[in-house]
Amino acid sequence: MEKTPNNKAWLLVIPVFVIVAFSAIIPLMTVVNYSVQDIFGPGERYFVGVEWFKETLSDRRLHDALWRQFLFSGLVLLIEIPLGVMIALAMPKRGWGVSVSLVLLALPLLIPWNVIGTIWIIFTRPDIGLFGVAINGLGIDFDHTASPLDAWVTVMLMEVWHWTPLVVLLAYAGLQAIPEAYFQAARIDGASAWATFRYIQLPKMRGVLTIAVLLRFMDSFLIYAEPFVLTGGGPGNSTTFLSIHLVKLAVGQFDLGPAAAFSIIYFLIVLLFSWMFYQALQRVGTGEK
Amino acid sequence: MSLVLEQVTKRVGHDVHIADVSLELSEDSLNVLIGPTLSGKTSLMRLMAGLDRPTAGKVLVDGIDVTGVSVRKRDVAMVYQQFINYPSFTVYNNIASPLRFERLGKKEIDRKVREAAEMMRIEPLLDRLPSELSGGQQQRTAIARALVKETKLLILDEPLVNLDYKLREELRSEMHQLFQGGGTIVVYATTEPLEALMLGGSTVVLDEGRVLQSGGTLQVYHRPASVRCAEIFSDPPINVIPGRVEGGNVRFGREMGFPVNGHLAALPPGRYQFGVRASHLSIGRRTEKDIRMPFTVELAEVSGSETFIHAHHDGVTCVVQEEGVHSFALGAPVDVFLNPSQLFAFDAAGALVAAPERDGGSRDQDRGS
Amino acid sequence: MAQIDLKDLAHSYASRPQSDADYALKRLDMIWQDSGAYALLGPSGCGKTTMLNIISGLLRPSQGRVVFDGRDVTDLSPQDRNIAQVFQFPVIYDTMTVFDNLAFPLRNRGVNEGEARKRVEEVAEMLELSDDLRRRAAGLTADAKQKISLGRGLVRSDVAAILFDEPLTVINPHMKWLLRRKLKQVHEQFQITLIYVTHDQNEALTFAEQVVVMHEGQVVQTGTPQELFEKPAHTFVAYFIGSPGMNLLPCRLDGGAVVIDGEHIALADGLGARAERAGGELQLGIRPEFLKLHATQVEQGIPVRVKLVEDLGNYKMVTVRLGERTLQAKVPEDEEVGGEQAWLVFPPEWLRLYVDGHLVE
Repeated sequence: MEKTPNNKAWLLVIPVFVIVAFSAIIPLMTVVNYSVQDIFGPGERYFVGVEWFKETLSDRRLHDALWRQFLFSGLVLLIEIPLGVMIALAMPKRGWGVSVSLVLLALPLLIPWNVIGTIWIIFTRPDIGLFGVAINGLGIDFDHTASPLDAWVTVMLMEVWHWTPLVVLLAYAGLQAIPEAYFQAARIDGASAWATFRYIQLPKMRGVLTIAVLLRFMDSFLIYAEPFVLTGGGPGNSTTFLSIHLVKLAVGQFDLGPAAAFSIIYFLIVLLFSWMFYQALQRVGTGEK
Repeated sequence: MSLVLEQVTKRVGHDVHIADVSLELSEDSLNVLIGPTLSGKTSLMRLMAGLDRPTAGKVLVDGIDVTGVSVRKRDVAMVYQQFINYPSFTVYNNIASPLRFERLGKKEIDRKVREAAEMMRIEPLLDRLPSELSGGQQQRTAIARALVKETKLLILDEPLVNLDYKLREELRSEMHQLFQGGGTIVVYATTEPLEALMLGGSTVVLDEGRVLQSGGTLQVYHRPASVRCAEIFSDPPINVIPGRVEGGNVRFGREMGFPVNGHLAALPPGRYQFGVRASHLSIGRRTEKDIRMPFTVELAEVSGSETFIHAHHDGVTCVVQEEGVHSFALGAPVDVFLNPSQLFAFDAAGALVAAPERDGGSRDQDRGS
Repeated sequence: MAQIDLKDLAHSYASRPQSDADYALKRLDMIWQDSGAYALLGPSGCGKTTMLNIISGLLRPSQGRVVFDGRDVTDLSPQDRNIAQVFQFPVIYDTMTVFDNLAFPLRNRGVNEGEARKRVEEVAEMLELSDDLRRRAAGLTADAKQKISLGRGLVRSDVAAILFDEPLTVINPHMKWLLRRKLKQVHEQFQITLIYVTHDQNEALTFAEQVVVMHEGQVVQTGTPQELFEKPAHTFVAYFIGSPGMNLLPCRLDGGAVVIDGEHIALADGLGARAERAGGELQLGIRPEFLKLHATQVEQGIPVRVKLVEDLGNYKMVTVRLGERTLQAKVPEDEEVGGEQAWLVFPPEWLRLYVDGHLVE
């Protein structure tokens, strides 16, 4: 008998290594390489050390974009997680209603990103869009191309409409997994609907909500398509989030070095915050009082 | 075939699931693994089957080192606590499935399937789907599928635990007939002493990932190596009474005592723990040698033909198993009788130093049919 | 504390039950006495959990009334019925401490904190959970969690009955003994009506004063453990109670005796005549515990062939054949069973006759 046939398993893992190498590690190394050089053209580059990092970190436009980004991601989490949980709680638990609501919920998730942008641009246009016309008809002056607040509201609406269903699906799966006996026990213990939610449903959803928070945070932190399609980051710089700023830097101005340094900082921020969320959520409900 | 574990250890993170286990299972043997939940029964079986690789130690089959050889390459069948069948296959196809993988002829498959089904008494159900079966029938199907493979190693992990009491009783009494002949090593995990005794064969007592004792099932039952073994292998748990030997007497507490003799005669003076099974205590005097112990009734439970009396004295709680139905007032005094010749003696560390003498002990005398 | 009356009760999970077979619980009337310890015993699917859920109010019966101490509670929700229930798998509030778990039903009912503390500490003491009160409930063992579930029922001073739905399923055999003892003590001390659902006859018989045996949606017998064991009213009870169940042998009458494969077995006075009057399919019942096995020929001994002797530690189980019939007999552990031929004595006082499955009184 072969002593360690498990070695064969490595062969099966090689494709994954290759894919990860080409999709993540090699591009990342390229970026690291760029971030420490000043590039004028092919073959014309100079080593500049941490110069780009210093410059990027002290760049006011980056600071502004970063704060804007945090505000946006914070709002996304504050709206989408509670809203998603609420919808999941309100959904039917069995019967034909289940499949109907699941299909309706899944619809926004199936639409490509850039189409979402287009849909909402038209929907919110003050001259022909259903939403834009209706809200202007109510006497509210709404124009996402002119007012930063209106642009924000529109991007927010898009984001919430597009991604809350994901939170709902996760929360719903978490709720369905709770054994019936818990609810029966709670009824017998005389627990109110709120107490049942607070002490049974919420703790039992911890796992799926951790995933939901991480996914929505990372995703919203990288938001690009929606504001780009809507206003290209405007009006002014009001919807210029980190990725839009990055693209302007790299593609628009061809400042590869600063853009690379920016990318690395961006990547580290996402990583750091995801880790912090994960740690915090793991601790909720398990740590000693 | 023989299966040998040599100093096998399994650690997962910082948890030790199996600690330094050495075992030898010989061809055509029935081996019961008895131990409380989380004692490592499942972990050990997974190591035997090759589903897991030990952290240290070796697994030998017929003297050849197979540590790390995948379960697919070993000749193993497993039956789980949960009734695992292919939901979309009929009972017939469920049982036939392992044979189809072996690409046997149609006739050959049919013969084997019907043979296994007959043995498990599910012949009339062959055309049904698992969802149309009761729990007992589902588990019979799963066992038939394991049997039909005719593997060299057959592992059953508490296969009856999820069944109704009565069904469990019926299947249990059929079990030991299945495992005769064929050269198979059967390993059967259970938490219940009665199940081990009904199966017979040999028994391995497992606790906290360690093998406490192994040997013939009745031998382990009648000579448990330690207090812990005796507890695991008695239902109700064996009664343990702390005592001492001094001046030619065994003494319990301050007032109870009797002269040492018989199997206890050789005990040197000192502290001991004395064990006695519930069925060996009685409320009425049974023999001349019985000693009387004044207890207080805590609780009396009736189980049809028997009464279990829980009683205590001086911080010692005992369970007495008494034939017949009796009623006792709670808190009432009761005289419990003990025949010293039925006492197990364990030293201060819990190891067996003296066990009641038994004459030979006949075992499963099958008179053929 | 309460007496629970089930009046003309029936339940079907089908919305329009057509026949008897559609009923999970067939029509019945029943009274559960105040502060009794009951077991509801039967195989899976016999309707016992349905009955339990109707009593607790988790299920509304399709027909009939549920009455607690004269008050009709059929339309009340579980929380308004003052019922506690312990489930098969321990239900605890993971994020709370043991203390908060126990105090939960009290706080929900607006009991003040001082009173709640007193009750919780009292119950924790009783259940030997006092040392764990500050700990998080999630980290405890299954039996401790089950004690918490029980404790949540006990803390309420107004509780009428505690219902148990196979509460020892996930508990180690060793711990089962301790928990059963605890349960008995709780019953002695609090004098609460307890109803315990199980398929395990040992649990039912050791726990209960009265055992209700159910089979296919019907109650087939209610009685003390002793009655069920010695005088099963139905062959189902004869088979279901006892481990193994009663030996049941088809037979025919011949005066004051029954005949099985040509062997005459004497009955108690008058039993044969009563069976004769009842008419129908006849079976003889005798428990393995009451058969006497002899190695040599004795008076009244019926010759049998020994098939199998199993040494089960505390006793031996001997399987014998009487003509074409198989019987089991339980013999003491120190009794030697040798040889293929043996003689079986059927003590007349332990012989039962069944006509069409029903006991001849």
